[in-house]
Amino acid sequence: MKMELIIRNGFVFDPINGVKGEKMDIAVRDGKIVERVNERKALEIDASGMLVMPGGVDIHCHIAGSEVNAGRLLRPEDHFKYSERKTATTRSGSGHSVPSTFTTGYRYSRMGYTTIMNPAMPPLMAKHTHKELNDTPMVDKGSFPLLGDWWFVLEHLSNGRIEECARYVAWLMTSTKGYAVKIVNPGGVEAWGFGHNVHSLDEQVPNFNITPREIIRGLCKVNKLLNLPHTIHVHTNNLGKPGNYTTTLETMKCVEDLAADDKPVIHITHCQFSAFKGSDWKTLRSGAEEIARYVNNHSHVTLDMGQVVFTDTTTMTADAPFQYTLHELTGSKWTNQDVETETSVGIVPFRYRRKSYVHAMQWSIGLELALLIKDPWKIFLTTDHPNAGPFTAYPRIISWLMSRRAREATMKKINRRAQSKSLLPSITRELDFYEIAVMTRAGQAKALGLKDKGHLGVGADADIAVYKINPEELDPSRDYKIVRKAFRRAAYTVKGGEIVARNGEILKHVKGATLWLKVKTSQQTKVNEDLKRRFRDYWTVEYENYPVSENSLDISHPINVEAKI
Amino acid sequence: MRTVKHVTCPVCGCLCDDLELTIKDEKVVKVKNGCALCKAKFLGYSKHRVLKPLVRKNGRFFEVSYEEAVSRAAEILTEANYPLLYGWSMTSCEAVSAGIELAEEIGGVIDTTSTLCHGPSTLGIQDVGISSATLGQVRHRADLIVYWGSNPLIAHPRHMERYTIFRKGRFQKEKRKLIVVDVRKTETAETADIFLQIKPNMDYEVLQALRALIRDQELDVDEVAGIPTERLEEIADTMVECRFGALFFGSGLTMTRGKNRNIDAVLSLVSDLNKLTKFIAMPMRGHFNVTGADMILTWQTGYPYAVDFSLGYPRYNPGETSAVDILLREESDAALVVASDPVASLPRKAAEHLAENPLIVVDPHMSATARMADVVLPSTFVGIESGGTAYRMDHVPLPLKKIVEPPEGILSDEEILRIILSEVKRKKAEQMENP
Ligand code: SF4
Ligand SMILES: [Zn+2]
Repeated sequence: MKMELIIRNGFVFDPINGVKGEKMDIAVRDGKIVERVNERKALEIDASGMLVMPGGVDIHCHIAGSEVNAGRLLRPEDHFKYSERKTATTRSGSGHSVPSTFTTGYRYSRMGYTTIMNPAMPPLMAKHTHKELNDTPMVDKGSFPLLGDWWFVLEHLSNGRIEECARYVAWLMTSTKGYAVKIVNPGGVEAWGFGHNVHSLDEQVPNFNITPREIIRGLCKVNKLLNLPHTIHVHTNNLGKPGNYTTTLETMKCVEDLAADDKPVIHITHCQFSAFKGSDWKTLRSGAEEIARYVNNHSHVTLDMGQVVFTDTTTMTADAPFQYTLHELTGSKWTNQDVETETSVGIVPFRYRRKSYVHAMQWSIGLELALLIKDPWKIFLTTDHPNAGPFTAYPRIISWLMSRRAREATMKKINRRAQSKSLLPSITRELDFYEIAVMTRAGQAKALGLKDKGHLGVGADADIAVYKINPEELDPSRDYKIVRKAFRRAAYTVKGGEIVARNGEILKHVKGATLWLKVKTSQQTKVNEDLKRRFRDYWTVEYENYPVSENSLDISHPINVEAKI
Repeated sequence: MRTVKHVTCPVCGCLCDDLELTIKDEKVVKVKNGCALCKAKFLGYSKHRVLKPLVRKNGRFFEVSYEEAVSRAAEILTEANYPLLYGWSMTSCEAVSAGIELAEEIGGVIDTTSTLCHGPSTLGIQDVGISSATLGQVRHRADLIVYWGSNPLIAHPRHMERYTIFRKGRFQKEKRKLIVVDVRKTETAETADIFLQIKPNMDYEVLQALRALIRDQELDVDEVAGIPTERLEEIADTMVECRFGALFFGSGLTMTRGKNRNIDAVLSLVSDLNKLTKFIAMPMRGHFNVTGADMILTWQTGYPYAVDFSLGYPRYNPGETSAVDILLREESDAALVVASDPVASLPRKAAEHLAENPLIVVDPHMSATARMADVVLPSTFVGIESGGTAYRMDHVPLPLKKIVEPPEGILSDEEILRIILSEVKRKKAEQMENP
């Protein structure tokens, strides 16, 4: 019953299929890209003089779940000025850095985004996360369970039982309807259970006979044994601390030997926060060059930026000891929620100021990383929403990446000392639309192993963005403000073959599917028996009440994964 | 006879999910693992039931079909300028979700019983944040437990057994220390290692004194709220010296003089303690899903309770947009009450205003509020006759089960609200066509 659609004459950027701005028609039927449609019957979008790209993909944005909601609860002042009215097609909502769920979906859709990954799900709270994702319309979505400090992982890895650990991870992934293995400050989060932290890859985790290095390597092996589509997704130890770029280098190195066939085995997320040189805040410098050099010489790593924008926002991570430090540093209000046996979360409101040396350096470091890493398939555009700024700032970041002038315009307004320490003035690189398409959709989809997303080849999901930019006429370096504006409001957003937004107006409220991994291992039952026995000791809920049932997902989209064990 | 295991208890915020029920002839005949409150509910819930929708005509109730009652309810709600949708703490998240959509559709105000119990806790959290944890974290690690203005042995009977005093954890095999702070010697206080009986309405002073003491400040008074300073020093030392402390506070703190100020002080005290050790705080939420109602309102609108849709978008200003204040100002001109009996708990004047205007009640019981209603829509018992999701006081979501069949033809809160919503939409579309 879905109609056919043809998008005519646009300049198509489809990096996965090697299309670099050719004028082409894109045909759509039943939610998929097809070879051709009946041109007389099909609905037509005239995209002449416009960019056509796959729908945007976000590999890392905190948009749903218990920590995001604790952020919303903590910050009514974040919502007061940002209210959205109910319309004939949309629900109402509110919020700037921690918007309510419906509003989140609409805002992504207006920017031409169609798939997003929620990167921090405490497994015990998975039901909550999925309820919120059900209420996040317009996009397909997935969620990463936090596994780096889960007792089962710590115990099995410390005993060298990789395969058994893998079976538990498989069970948990499927039970929580998760998409990837998330590791946050491995060992440090467990230590936070008694108010402590760990400070290097080789420090012993209190009460457990294991080190962060062993956790990362162990889960990297588990990830490979299970054949998961994405790599391990790592928030490094020492995040947010001066000098931490060495920890980041070590983290990347520590799994170097586990790579094969030039395939990535680790994703370092919001790398900006982990690329600090210097011994304290006063001597803070950029570690972007060193990290970029390493990444340019290795193929087993992907990164995302975690780009800072100057605004008021809300920081939230499972790295609760880091959040506590931030609370002490800023004196802002602070929420913490430890989750038994698994993880934690901390939340602190935060404002990035142009005139602050540290914040301005952070702004610079994110862009330096993106520009110094030569291959756009290795680094993706994110703000670690809302940690370094809300996702609605992506168009601004695109303009910084595409235009030296845009960078200079901001540079003039930032802290003087940061101006002199920033590497940006020495960087002339300006990205083109092809590279932007890689960094905002194709590369992210590829890193996530989403075969039907991030491209416009026949058989792909018909998730498409059309932007009012004529790449033949417009010079993004000079006209960066036009670029910014165009990416803020897609001319058309097509989701699952339907036009859902036009020029910033939501035409149709669609649900969007929840993507999750159904991991099959050869022996599953044994895990269950053992689990049941230990469950009551570890958690305060019954084993039977822990999993998220498939029918609690409004639209379930399981992805079958055959494990090697 | 059959048994159902791993059932979640739909009574208090502990949300124990380990009940084992024996069912005979679609009736619960035996409850294993539950406390007295739980047993009373499962074995006695079916008394004083309403089994037919009722509509009041000329002052008298008439039994009608759901269709007719829903139509009347939708009429009341579409005609109202400023309807109030109140209750929500004893039903499923799914029903609350339907309620929010309905409130948005009719431009009304939706508020929960938080207004009357832990509203100040929420405001306190919005002021200073909260250092908290799930109950399992407490069980595994806490060596010091504090109950402040809360009497779990009576109000949350299994809290101590499942999560705190009477249970061992991975890192806590020894007996934990228990401090109880209250204005009278409660049942819980009887079991405490340290009982601090403070003068009524002086919680704030005690909390501030403790904050000063943990900062190593000297108090230049001999006593605070009837407690000698040396004793307070002892308490402060105990708090600082523990490895992991957990402070649970109840309505004894949130509903006495000072309300928000009390909560700000208790949350700040706990926050401060993290400089010296690990400490968490948690409000002892009463009704089994008041936390869930807060949660879902927050993610859908940005605000946890007292959400006003009259301008087409969510507005939040407790004191203005909260149910009691709206009723006391006599501003609402109709109300829908779901899973709550406000006539029994609201100030008299507020209850009067509620009853004077068109009133719709969705409830399994013929409650005091239902008796004053214009439309009564009988519903199932959530967690017994229909399923859904509820949130434990520590924000852990748990499934509510349908254990027995409801009486023939009786719908769930969620179903009733969904039909009212579609009826309201239909009526509005009709009005658009023939204004
Ligand atoms: S403590 Fe509360 S939730 Fe647990 S069984 Fe008793 S009434 Fe039910
Ligand atoms: Zn993040």
